[in-house]
Amino acid sequence: MSERTGIAKVASGGTELGRVRGLGSAREGTGHFIHQRLTAVGNLALFLWLIVSLVRLPLADFATMREWLGSPLAAVPMILLIISVFWHIRLGLQTLIEDYVHSDAPRILALVIVNFYCVAGAAFGIFSVAKIAFTATAAVTGVPA
Amino acid sequence: MAVSIFHRATGDGLAIVGTLALLWWLGAMASGADAYGAFIACAGGIVGKVILVGLSWAFFQHLFSGLRHLVLDTGAGYELKTNKMFSILVFVAAIVATAALWGFIFMETI
Ligand code: HEM
Repeated sequence: MSERTGIAKVASGGTELGRVRGLGSAREGTGHFIHQRLTAVGNLALFLWLIVSLVRLPLADFATMREWLGSPLAAVPMILLIISVFWHIRLGLQTLIEDYVHSDAPRILALVIVNFYCVAGAAFGIFSVAKIAFTATAAVTGVPA
Repeated sequence: MAVSIFHRATGDGLAIVGTLALLWWLGAMASGADAYGAFIACAGGIVGKVILVGLSWAFFQHLFSGLRHLVLDTGAGYELKTNKMFSILVFVAAIVATAALWGFIFMETI
C-alpha cells in the first residue's frame, strides 16, 4: 500500500484508524452491536412498565383496556416498546440467520423475510395503538371516529 | 455454557411467538369488543395460559441473561467462580420471577 500524507491521506478516507472503524466483514459490525444493546436497555425499561401495568389492569374488560391504551401515558410508551422490540429482534434474528444459514440464496431470503416481518409488524402495532389513542380522544370530545 | 444457548433460544422464541401474541392483542383491541373477546377467550384458556406462562419464563430468562451479557460487556465477571455463580443465578432468578408473577396474578384473581 502506498504511503499517503496530509491532504492525500484525508482524501483517501481519513487516518488508518478512521478507515477501519466500523468495518467488520459486514461493514457495520460495531453499529449492530451497539444498537442491540441500546434496544436491550429500552426493552428492559419498557417491558417492566408493561408487566407492572398489565397485572394491575382488568385484562378482560374491553372498555377499560381501550381507555387505558388510549391515554398518552400508555400509548406513547407502548409505541416506544413496539419500536424497541422490533428493532432488537431484527438485529437478533439477523445474527441467528448469519450464524446458521451459510449459503447465499437461502440466507438472503431469510434476511428479507425477517426485515419485512419486523417493519410490517412494527407498522401494524403502531397503527393499532394510534387508532385506539385517536378514537379515544374522539369519544371524549364527541367527534365520531 | 448453557446460559448463552438459553439466551438465544428464549430470544428467538420471544421474537416469533411473543411478538405475534403482542400484535394479536393490540390488533384485537383496535378492532373492537368482539375481536378482543376472542383474544381473551384464547389467552385465558388452558393452551393460552400455558403459552403465556412459557412466554413470561422465556422473558425473565432472557432478561436476566441479557443483564449478564451487559455486565460481561463491561469486562467484568470473567473470573471462573464469579462467572459460574452468575450463570446459575440467572436460571434461579428467572424461575423465581415467573413464579412470583403468576403467584401475584393468581392472588389478584381470587
Ligand atoms: C428485557 C430486556 C432485554 C434485554 C436486557 C435483552 C438483552 C439482549 C442482549 C444483550 C442481546 C445480545 C446478545 C449477544 O450479542 O450475544 C440480545 C439478543 C437477542 N434478544 Fe434480547 N433482550 C431483552 C428483551 C428481548 C425481547 C423482549 C425479545 C423478543 C421479543 C428479545 C429477543 C432477542 C433476540 C432474538 C436476540 C438474538 C439472540 C441471538 O441470536 O444470540 N430480547 N438480547
